[in-house]
Amino acid sequence: MVIFPLRMHGVTAHFRKKRLVGPIDITIETEGFTIVMGPNGAGKTTLLRLMHGLQRCSGGGVEWAVPQAKAREKQAYVFQSPIMMRRKVIDSIAYPLRLRGLGVSAARAKAQECAGRFGLENLLDSWAPMLSGGEKQKLSLARALVIKPDILFLDEPCANLDGRSTREIEEILLDAQASGTRIIMSTHDIGQARRLAQDVIFMYDGKIHEQTTAEIFFTAPATKEAQAFINGDIVE
Amino acid sequence: MNSMHQGFWDAWELIITFDRDLYEIVFLSLKVTVSAVILASLIALPLGAFLAVFRFKFRRYVIAVLNALMGLPPVVVGLFVYMLLSRAGPLGGFGLLFSPSAMIIAQVIIIVPLIASISHQAIRDLWSEYHDLLISMNATRFQRAKALLWDGKRALLTAILAGFGRAIGEVGAIMIVGGNIEHATRVLTTAIALETGKGNFAFAMGLGLVLITLAILINLLIHIVGKTERASTW
Ligand SMILES: Nc1ncnc2c1ncn2[C@@H]1O[C@H](COP(=O)(O)OP(=O)(O)OP(=O)(O)O)[C@@H](O)[C@H]1O
Ligand SMILES: [Mg+2]
Repeated sequence: MVIFPLRMHGVTAHFRKKRLVGPIDITIETEGFTIVMGPNGAGKTTLLRLMHGLQRCSGGGVEWAVPQAKAREKQAYVFQSPIMMRRKVIDSIAYPLRLRGLGVSAARAKAQECAGRFGLENLLDSWAPMLSGGEKQKLSLARALVIKPDILFLDEPCANLDGRSTREIEEILLDAQASGTRIIMSTHDIGQARRLAQDVIFMYDGKIHEQTTAEIFFTAPATKEAQAFINGDIVE
Repeated sequence: MNSMHQGFWDAWELIITFDRDLYEIVFLSLKVTVSAVILASLIALPLGAFLAVFRFKFRRYVIAVLNALMGLPPVVVGLFVYMLLSRAGPLGGFGLLFSPSAMIIAQVIIIVPLIASISHQAIRDLWSEYHDLLISMNATRFQRAKALLWDGKRALLTAILAGFGRAIGEVGAIMIVGGNIEHATRVLTTAIALETGKGNFAFAMGLGLVLITLAILINLLIHIVGKTERASTW
């Protein structure tokens, strides 16, 4: 089952009377590593949530090649602030597999293997809500990747990670991409964006200001807001 | 003071010699309350979960009513059940008045709001925490309910124990609908009221000791259940 492409046309999202994002027109194809950038409040999280179907649009449409519920089976999402289930680390990672009908021991075996790749092997029996901020983010990533999704949404997944963990996660994400997972990730870390991005979505004031290949974006951004953002200037 | 001293030792003797009358009362108390707690939980836990997860038109009112019912005076519940079950009442045909069943019914009515309200709050909090994650993982309604009930099990157990604590120590309603009949509907609380009135302090105090022990055990259990959740923070 192929869930791509994802088409968004004329999508807007409102809260009460206030426009949060939009109108947005974009098509997401099968392959790639897209980095979403933009200042705080630009609408990065809202864009990802709209794509994943966590947030309803107030106008326009979000369409996958298959119905929403089918498409979501193949997706995973890593939240900006990790959501920890009140379970042990190993059972948290095993949970999405259990939802897909895997037995307890099979799910745990896979979860354990996956946890190892994220350096969580010594924390398997820890209570997930008690982990440190960085460990929680690693757990979220492990829980997302354990199902080998076709597309992975990541909302600032490295915000709490130290340099070494960040590099390790980047490796894992590149591996996942190489084995066929489409990645859409927001980040404030321009260095990370340069290392990972194949193409870039630059958001500003709820709109997609620029959507282009990483090469063009970092060498010749089209708008002065993007230019200022890359240079680390304060965008007014 | 002296008679209290004496009463205490007599009570102690009744307990350790397994006095038949005393234990009959203890066991009836447990039987009635445990039955009531099981029945009430079967009603209240799904009700609490339902109110937490489903949005429907009169939800707020149902919750408000539930919270109000928590403060219902047991005596009034007793009166209400009495009228329902009395010969002339709508359920009079079953002949349940002055039977353990009547006491169970009264206790269920008293503790359903309590258990439902506590479990509703717990599951609502958990649901707002888990909402995005469970939706994102495409969990079915059934799987969501299962995750909430399982991960919230400590809070739910606390709710059940609170219900038990309230039911076992209740007098007013039980007295009215049970009638405190010897060897039939006499339970710890009603027996204590009666024996105290008759000046039979040893027996009353023996029953009291058992009741206090039960109450302390329940509260210890609530404490332990609640604490394991937070164990590692402290
Ligand atoms: N549920 C909501 N209710 C009201 N306003 C919201 C809601 N979600 C987002 N917003 C508003 O929408 C705008 C975009 O928010 P969003 O979280 O998408 O920004 P962001 O680009 O992810 O920012 P950050 O870099 O800080 O994470 C903000 O102004 C925010 O206040
Ligand atoms: Mg955000």
